[in-house]
Amino acid sequence: MASLRVLVGCKRVIDYAVKIRVRPDALGVVTDGVKHSMNPFDENAIEEAVRMKQKKIVKEIVVASCGGTQSQETIRTALAMGADRGIHVEIPKGTDESLQPLAVAKIFAKLVEKENPDIVILGKQAIDDDSNQTTQLLAGILEWPQGTMASVVEHSEGKLKITREVDGGLEDISVGLPAVISADLRLNEPRYATLPNIMKAKKKKIEKMSPEDLGVDVTPRLKVLKVVDPPVREAGDKVPDVSTLMDKLKEKGHI
Amino acid sequence: MSSTSFARGIFLGELREEEIFPYPQVLDSDQKETISMMMEAGHAFFQNTNDAAANDSAEKIPEEQLDEMRQLGMYGLMVPEEYGGLALTNTMYAKFGELTGEYDLGLGIHTGAHQSIGYKGILLYGNPEQKEKYLPSLASGDVFACFCLTEPSSGSDASSIKTRAVLNEAGTHYVMNGAKIWISNGGIAEIFTVFAQTPAIDAKTGETKDKITAFIVERAFGGVSHGPPEKKMGIKCSNTSEVYFENVEIPVENVLGEVGGGFKVAMNILNNGRFGMGACLTGTMRMLISKAVDHANNRKQFVSNLREYQGIQQKIARMNLLCYANESMAYMLCGNMDRGAPEYQIEAAMSKIFASQSAWDVCDETIQILGGAGFMKDVGIERWMRDLRIFRIFEGTNDILKLFIALNGVQELGNLFKKQGNLGTVMGLAQKRVLGMGSLKTKVHADLEPSVKQLQEDITKFHIATSAQVIKYKKKIIEQQVVLNRIAESSILLQSMAAVISRANLAAEKGDTSEVVLASAWCGEAHQKIAALVADMQNADLTKVDNATLNVGKLSLDNNGYLAQSPI
Repeated sequence: MASLRVLVGCKRVIDYAVKIRVRPDALGVVTDGVKHSMNPFDENAIEEAVRMKQKKIVKEIVVASCGGTQSQETIRTALAMGADRGIHVEIPKGTDESLQPLAVAKIFAKLVEKENPDIVILGKQAIDDDSNQTTQLLAGILEWPQGTMASVVEHSEGKLKITREVDGGLEDISVGLPAVISADLRLNEPRYATLPNIMKAKKKKIEKMSPEDLGVDVTPRLKVLKVVDPPVREAGDKVPDVSTLMDKLKEKGHI
Repeated sequence: MSSTSFARGIFLGELREEEIFPYPQVLDSDQKETISMMMEAGHAFFQNTNDAAANDSAEKIPEEQLDEMRQLGMYGLMVPEEYGGLALTNTMYAKFGELTGEYDLGLGIHTGAHQSIGYKGILLYGNPEQKEKYLPSLASGDVFACFCLTEPSSGSDASSIKTRAVLNEAGTHYVMNGAKIWISNGGIAEIFTVFAQTPAIDAKTGETKDKITAFIVERAFGGVSHGPPEKKMGIKCSNTSEVYFENVEIPVENVLGEVGGGFKVAMNILNNGRFGMGACLTGTMRMLISKAVDHANNRKQFVSNLREYQGIQQKIARMNLLCYANESMAYMLCGNMDRGAPEYQIEAAMSKIFASQSAWDVCDETIQILGGAGFMKDVGIERWMRDLRIFRIFEGTNDILKLFIALNGVQELGNLFKKQGNLGTVMGLAQKRVLGMGSLKTKVHADLEPSVKQLQEDITKFHIATSAQVIKYKKKIIEQQVVLNRIAESSILLQSMAAVISRANLAAEKGDTSEVVLASAWCGEAHQKIAALVADMQNADLTKVDNATLNVGKLSLDNNGYLAQSPI
């Protein structure tokens, strides 16, 4: 019954629990020696693919990541969660931190050409740049339908019924295949890799390639001018009554 | 093959470098990646699924959670892959063990009693048929194992056990009768590694003597039962029960190792698993230090946060030093085991003693720093104190292991002296031997050279003082436990000095000199302690005081209690 093939994307990001520090040159954040892990939304993406494979809807899961050498660890985690093989598009050190969604989307478009998946699942956004663009850009390049911010994905007769989490509430859409989906947090509860699966993952293949191999130019189109900490929260004022409150608000120019 | 054991060498006044320098680095990049991923999975499990406080209150690990642990693969960490295990090396197993130290010692004893001693005998001594038959379901955790040695009248004195197994007439089965106490996993195990006396005919004399044999016993054989779970001070979620064997029929194929060779099997199983404690308790100490530091940084009393007061700074420093020294010894031990060191039982005993005592002290100080809050159940520290107490007792009491270390070393010296004949010249030779201790073959970072000098000086003093004791007491030194304890404590401190110097040197060679301050501080403290212990050993007046003190002990024992009357 299983006939579909899935391409899943994952990204190595600074771990969500880490206290971020701005670099002295104010062009980014400190990444050296800082704990990194798989982008949480990407965990949801892989988990969904693995569940579809367990339900025998999907027969093969290929996981891909664009990044520096250490992205390999993230791919290994995905393999340990149940992906079948991996692709590492290695970005040289120095340019890996400036890799932007458009470049990633172009790379994935080429991977789609190569791998011919029926479904591409990405995380909704990466928690480092919070772009929420790659899925949409990829769908546009491929001219495939997209189901973004998915919190439910159901497969039936060659179509996907997707529930999207939008500002107004929930939106149900139906997309034909092939399609691109982006996973939201409530899509599923990602499994943690078991130790035996970590061992099995060591035997799974990871193919390495460069953006040049795929004919993609990853030169950034956007330039980061400055990165600063959010302003320190200032102490507030307690006022005894509403009229004082009104006076203070007028005084500070808020009304 | 001559030993390269550092711990043995110090008794002979030698600073053997082979197992000390460089600090063992036994993981290749693939293994480092694997263990890093395993740690992540382990952290996720302990943070999201396990509730140590609930396990402690319920005195049980929830059944559903045991299933998750089976899936996670926690029960077969060191079993070869062909039997369904993860084939971790000692060092990888030790590192993973830091997790149970950090989160839940009770759970750690449950899994440790199963794989570190429960079925370890099958790994070490099992024949291919036994491994094939038993390891797969043990590695998967489908069945649990336990180690059955201790009996009501046989704890430290393991060779005095009374459980007996007698071969039947047909020669097909041993019939076992006896009772074991305080068996971890005893109430939940299906597979028991049991030690029993078996009558053996001495080949030379034709006499029948009892010798211990190790057996793999299945609950399914019939006749195996267990008592209710013991109510304990700590590690409450780990099942501890009495186990009874009544006419249990054990096929002869289930003898583990050689008939009559069981004592060695027991000692080697325990020796082989000992390295785990040092690493596990590193996790515990690191966690406790975080809690103590967090409190000291945030709690304000009088004019400042606690962190500003020397008293608190000193406590925090001491906790760091103990953790550092312990961790250095622990990973030096398993690193050497993985490198194939021919023997390590002295180092393993030293590590176990140091780890269990340090962890207790660190926990004690953590509670002290937290004050009243440290005493409160909800804060969560008191459980660690209760869990830690047993670590100085089981797996070989620290008291027995100290004697083991000292007597091993003293035996080394005894052999040396026998070769040298005239005792008068022995001391002269001892002096000559150590004065000849030049610089190390290993090039050590300049900042660590003072510590190296202290170590060399201390080994010298230690060798001379210990030699003097051996010469003074000769064979009767076996009875001189006060002296033997001083010898043991000095030797453990020397081992710890070597471990921290080597480790700090490794970091310094990689460009990080931040650990030098830890190593130097620890060596300074150890240096002073060793000086005191050695001085005590050589103080004839103190010997008189020792004897007088021991006499107080004897009188109290005769008096069935405290000796003095009330002063009022």
